[in-house]
Amino acid sequence: MNASLEAGQSGRVPLEFSDHHGALSILGFWLFLASDVVLFSCLFAVYASYGMRTAGGPTPMQLFHYGPALAETLLLLCSSFACGLCVYQLRRRSTNGTTAWLAVTMLLGLGFVAMEAHEFASYVASGATWHKSAFLSAFFTLVGTHGLHVSFGLLWAASLLVQLRRHGLNAVSARKLYVFSLYWHFLDIIWVFIFSAVYLVGRIS
Amino acid sequence: MSLLGQLFPSSVLRPMELGSDGLIVLTVAGLLFVLTRYRKWGWLWREWITTVDHKKIGVMYLVASLVMLFRGGVDALLLRTQLAAPNSTFLGPEHYDEIFTTHGTIMVFFMAMPLMFALYNAVIPLMIGARDVAFPRLNAISFWVFAFAAILFNISFVIGGSPDAGWTAYAPLTELTFNPGVGENYYLLALLISGIGTLASGINFVATILGMRARGMTLMRMPLFVWSALVSSALILFAFPALTVALGLTMLDRLFGSSFFTIAHGGMPMMYVNLFWIWGHPEVYLLVLPAFGIFSEVVATFSRKRLFGYASMVGSLLAITLLSFGVWVHHFFTMGAGAAVNAFFGVSTMLIAIPTGVKIFNWIMTMWGGRVRMTVAMLWQMAFIPVFVLGGATGVLLAVVPGDYQFHNSYFMVAHFHTMLIGGVVFGFLSGLYYWWPKMFGYMLDERQGRWAFWLYFIGFWVTFVPQYLLGLEGMTRRMYTYSAGFGWTTLNQISTLGAFIMGAGFLVLVFNIVYSMLHGERDLTGDPWDGRTLEWSLPSPAPEYNFACLPTVAERDTWWEAKREGGAVAARLRAGDIGPIVMPKPTAVPFFIGLGFFVAGAGMVFSWWVVAAVGFAGVLALLVAGWFDYRDHEELSRDVVLRAEAAAGRVQA
Repeated sequence: MNASLEAGQSGRVPLEFSDHHGALSILGFWLFLASDVVLFSCLFAVYASYGMRTAGGPTPMQLFHYGPALAETLLLLCSSFACGLCVYQLRRRSTNGTTAWLAVTMLLGLGFVAMEAHEFASYVASGATWHKSAFLSAFFTLVGTHGLHVSFGLLWAASLLVQLRRHGLNAVSARKLYVFSLYWHFLDIIWVFIFSAVYLVGRIS
Repeated sequence: MSLLGQLFPSSVLRPMELGSDGLIVLTVAGLLFVLTRYRKWGWLWREWITTVDHKKIGVMYLVASLVMLFRGGVDALLLRTQLAAPNSTFLGPEHYDEIFTTHGTIMVFFMAMPLMFALYNAVIPLMIGARDVAFPRLNAISFWVFAFAAILFNISFVIGGSPDAGWTAYAPLTELTFNPGVGENYYLLALLISGIGTLASGINFVATILGMRARGMTLMRMPLFVWSALVSSALILFAFPALTVALGLTMLDRLFGSSFFTIAHGGMPMMYVNLFWIWGHPEVYLLVLPAFGIFSEVVATFSRKRLFGYASMVGSLLAITLLSFGVWVHHFFTMGAGAAVNAFFGVSTMLIAIPTGVKIFNWIMTMWGGRVRMTVAMLWQMAFIPVFVLGGATGVLLAVVPGDYQFHNSYFMVAHFHTMLIGGVVFGFLSGLYYWWPKMFGYMLDERQGRWAFWLYFIGFWVTFVPQYLLGLEGMTRRMYTYSAGFGWTTLNQISTLGAFIMGAGFLVLVFNIVYSMLHGERDLTGDPWDGRTLEWSLPSPAPEYNFACLPTVAERDTWWEAKREGGAVAARLRAGDIGPIVMPKPTAVPFFIGLGFFVAGAGMVFSWWVVAAVGFAGVLALLVAGWFDYRDHEELSRDVVLRAEAAAGRVQA
């Protein structure tokens, strides 16, 4: 860390690492992500144990369909890619480019949340509530926790859009954007595991 | 159910609870009167409620922790009074269940954890040569979220009813079918909310220690207390999410009708038990490791000798940290996971005795050949060694799986974990309190009274818990509210109760010691009353708000000790030219209101008042979002102010 800080004074490191407090905040956020990994690990473990405990309710095979899950996956992966381009524009110090790609990130994320909400609503409408079985409790909690994370991220991104308009790019707003991008890519990785462990495995077994 | 019936069920209308209502009203009225009479509201608001200074946050944690020690201790004395005679009717069975639940929960979450954070906040930044923690505002949020969660938990016994499923709150006993009141809701919400504060503190201290050490302080030059805070905070990051999941799923079952632990819909109560202890075992290590760190500082200072085996001390800390995640099944060998699983966890549990033994020998070897000063801090350190060895040995007995089938859930086990948590954690934190008290407050705790408190507490400890080991061997199980005279347990129970009251007397002397010393104690004018070894002793007591006018440079371990040897009394003097302006975090009321918001949200959820809960959460969210737009959370302390303060303390070279 000290090496990167000294380099920062000579202007060779990105804006978001250029002051000590910013670099420290980024470290702090990595630590938060580490604990969030544990949170999701526990939820995955619960789901893995409960996946077959359908208690006479619908099974994963009956419930899940490739189509919506695949569409959600594509939306979130593209959103994550847009977020990467947003940080690329940040590195080029382009406020307009950063803003535009952040907006694209949000739109795609919004699409994901809307599709997931629709998916959940359709399950509940067909009688598959989480009261019905341990499997459904675990499913709604694991996927829903991820969905809540994404929704919170959208609120966060909206505030970043306003901050970019108000302050432009400086060490503080750059750091906030970078931290948001870490969060967004992290949620993307979690989703890849959800897609594999919940939807794919559910269709096979 | 009517609102009044919901708020005041029969369980909170017993004489004992009504008496407590009276005392609570009197205490609050007294506080309000004193604050108003002496015009202290502004002082309270400016100096404490809105502060982001880690040292003041440490003091607030300490006060909260001592209040909780009082509540948890009263609970303990009530339990022991009930057990002092066979067939006692002092407490009914439901009442007894409630009190052992609140005793355990308060002691672990609202006494031990904040005492640990009190000491982290008080000294960690000073020991690493930093001006604050990495995220001062987050630090204040951690405190207020904890404080309001503690209040939420503590009001349960007079409003709505206490939780009564034990501090472990095993499913399915906590499911609505078996436990319909609001007590368990209080337990779940209070712990979920305080968990947020704990996690934030864990992140804060790992970032502080990794990112804010003085120039030259490599990892292997850090004081051992800093090492222990680092690994213990890392344990928070990796353990607490499991508790959040365990409690969160129970809450979803109770409040929102999911089916995680209801057997009728395919749920598995054992899932809860596993998740709980995946957190629970690392939890006890994350409490005891900082105590190990304190002992390492205290024993070196009061033996006037370098800590023996520094590298092996660090190595054993790391080994205990890693092993702590591989032992959780030993809490439920009797679940019958099979011989192979139980054997694995039995062996991994015994392995922990090895690094712990290394530490015990290193502390003894540090004293060996040193010039040992028997201060109160050192007494706690020395008392810890035999107590912890006894606790460790009985722990190894419990790890022997076939033996555990006999000991499980007996008083032998109760005595074992009290030996570890009192002998390790409480002795350690009290040692740290006596050691760092002058640094925190600027005056010494009276040593003679401290000895009284120590001997009462130490003797009381043995008198309480040795009989409990024996009771366990004679078949008395934990959490039984009474027993019949024919069992032959009466005498041992009476001795144990006597011991508990001796410990209670020790606590009262400790409180007297604090109050007396506040008024008459010797002021610490040197800043280094113990002839210390680490950087916090290079500062005046208490440290100025910015801690270090000039950030120190570290060339070796025990850097202050070495500086004193080379520079004598002038080691702390600064050159006026080196002093510059200092950027400080600005005070803010936001953390307080975030805590309040969580309290409102939690109370709303406890009683299923969804509008109230929504208002609370909306408030928290609004404060967070407002915080995102605040780019001016720092202010500058001018060079003049710093220079004047340092000169007044006589710390600037002529």
